[in-house]
Amino acid sequence: MADHTEVEEVHEDSAADVTSAALEVAPYNVAGSRGPRFGAPLVEYVLRLGDDRLVLGHRLSEWCGHGPILEEDIAVANLALDLVGQATMFLGLAGELEGAGRDADALAFFRDGTAYRNALLVELPRGDFGFTMMRQFLFDAFSVVQLDALASCGHAQLAAIAAKSLKEAKYHVRHSGEWVVRLGDGTEESHARISRSLAELWRYTGELFERDVIDDAVEAHGIVFDHEAARARWEAIVHDVLQRATLEVPAPPIMASGGRRGRHTEHIGHLLSTMQSVARAHPGATW
Amino acid sequence: MEQPITAQADESALVAAFEARIAAGESIEPKDWMPERYRKQLVRMMSQHAHSEVVGMLPEGNWITRAPSLRRKMSLIAKVQDEAGHGLYIYCGTETLGVDRHELLEQLLDGRAKYSSIFNYPTLSWADMGVIGWLVDGAAIVNQTILAKTSYGPYARAMVRICKEENFHKRQGYEICATLANGTPAQRAMLQEAVDRIWWPALMMFGPSDTDSPNSAELLKWRVKRKTNDELRQRFVNLTVPQAIAIGLTLPDPDLRFDESTGNWEFGEIDWTEFFQVIKGEGPCNRERLAARNQAHADGAWVREAAAAHAAKQQRSSTQAA
Ligand SMILES: [Fe+2]
Ligand SMILES: [Fe+2]
Repeated sequence: MADHTEVEEVHEDSAADVTSAALEVAPYNVAGSRGPRFGAPLVEYVLRLGDDRLVLGHRLSEWCGHGPILEEDIAVANLALDLVGQATMFLGLAGELEGAGRDADALAFFRDGTAYRNALLVELPRGDFGFTMMRQFLFDAFSVVQLDALASCGHAQLAAIAAKSLKEAKYHVRHSGEWVVRLGDGTEESHARISRSLAELWRYTGELFERDVIDDAVEAHGIVFDHEAARARWEAIVHDVLQRATLEVPAPPIMASGGRRGRHTEHIGHLLSTMQSVARAHPGATW
Repeated sequence: MEQPITAQADESALVAAFEARIAAGESIEPKDWMPERYRKQLVRMMSQHAHSEVVGMLPEGNWITRAPSLRRKMSLIAKVQDEAGHGLYIYCGTETLGVDRHELLEQLLDGRAKYSSIFNYPTLSWADMGVIGWLVDGAAIVNQTILAKTSYGPYARAMVRICKEENFHKRQGYEICATLANGTPAQRAMLQEAVDRIWWPALMMFGPSDTDSPNSAELLKWRVKRKTNDELRQRFVNLTVPQAIAIGLTLPDPDLRFDESTGNWEFGEIDWTEFFQVIKGEGPCNRERLAARNQAHADGAWVREAAAAHAAKQQRSSTQAA
């Protein structure tokens, strides 16, 4: 017993030594910045575009073989394919712009959750089919508006990817919107279920239209995106479909946010630990 | 009840005409007269085939979320999507024989229907995505190339179209294998382990030996099948062994050797006990596969009901408007 006490005392003393030694280093400053630590704005901006699509495509791909009808297995796989394809283009561009030798795969498989820049909306677990389709619709409507604006922006490479992706997004929003109408209008049960999904998801829609320093900074690269105008266009699309689905637009709640600066829900860690498991077990390998 | 003599005579005349057409190499179309046995055999084969496509989505779907590169992730999603398309296409083919797709689905869900034994094995590593493409789609191609000449027109045409995609799957699978074979020691070991595990179940895909195949004779006579199970299996082994050699793999069969006189790769005895066990529902994943299909079906019930209810409402309002 006596020995133990002695050992602990020694530890305490040495810790005290370290502390006092640190304090002797002058000038000492522990005050850091409040803001998130961002990389180069253009890279951050393109990562947000890529990560939204990668994470949502991944969530959709979880449905493969488990859909409510065979036709929908095919359709959901199509959505997933398009989104992962878009993500590959955006992440490829982000890697190029970053200039640190990271390609799309390196960015997808070797970044931690806190380095991901997707909106929280897309990382939520897939839920039931109605949840998946409602989330898809809310995102697709945003994506159409966003890509439409970016397709004519002043950054040629980004504009080209946006234009190509826009064609797909227009098809997606039709597909997911039709499902929202079907499920909202269908049966009592489907109406109740999809209403619940809408209510759960609504608080994650605000983040899509948040403007921050990155959006301001990329204007220097010719990327000008009017968030308020985009929100108005998005609302027009969403309200029309919700009305046809006999669903009420939820009252504006306090919106969740954080994904754009790496402050995610806990779901991102689990999603990535699945997605990255094989790649990370074999660093440097070719597949 | 006794059949009138004339009807029996008519029937045997029809059978004779039918068999003459088959012998002349003509294809049988949905509107043509066919013996009930022929129709039943086709429904059995086509529905087993369709079920296999659909259940086959599960073992590969198992690795979509873990595919180690974006390109592989996309090609695996596309492959599983193709299999869903094959299933749908063949189910539609059975409808030309007067069978309802939902009836077949019921049989799959309650465990009455059979599907390819291979899909009752688990997928345990990423290498399985290569080996399944190479061996399982490869075996399917050997089967289906012959089925493309089957006597029933709609099935034959479906096989031509499906075979093109299966070929693509096989090339893609072999390419995954070749990449792993040229990769790190860990990747090579992963590949060899998968081949060791999947080789024998792949050979079993051709079904029981001809001596134990109850339906074979009749199917061959009516040119529903054009080759026996053993002939197809041998053809597969002959095609595949050189491909294994090309990427430096060994195959888990000490009896495997090339026979100069026949030009065949001779192989060892298949473990038929294991095969019949899997067929009877006692394979490693039979329960999981059926449970997954049933779960998806149950989870999707409210969605299907809603879609039907919405369609009915649309129908009503458009009739009222008209
Ligand atoms: Fe297939
Ligand atoms: Fe295939």
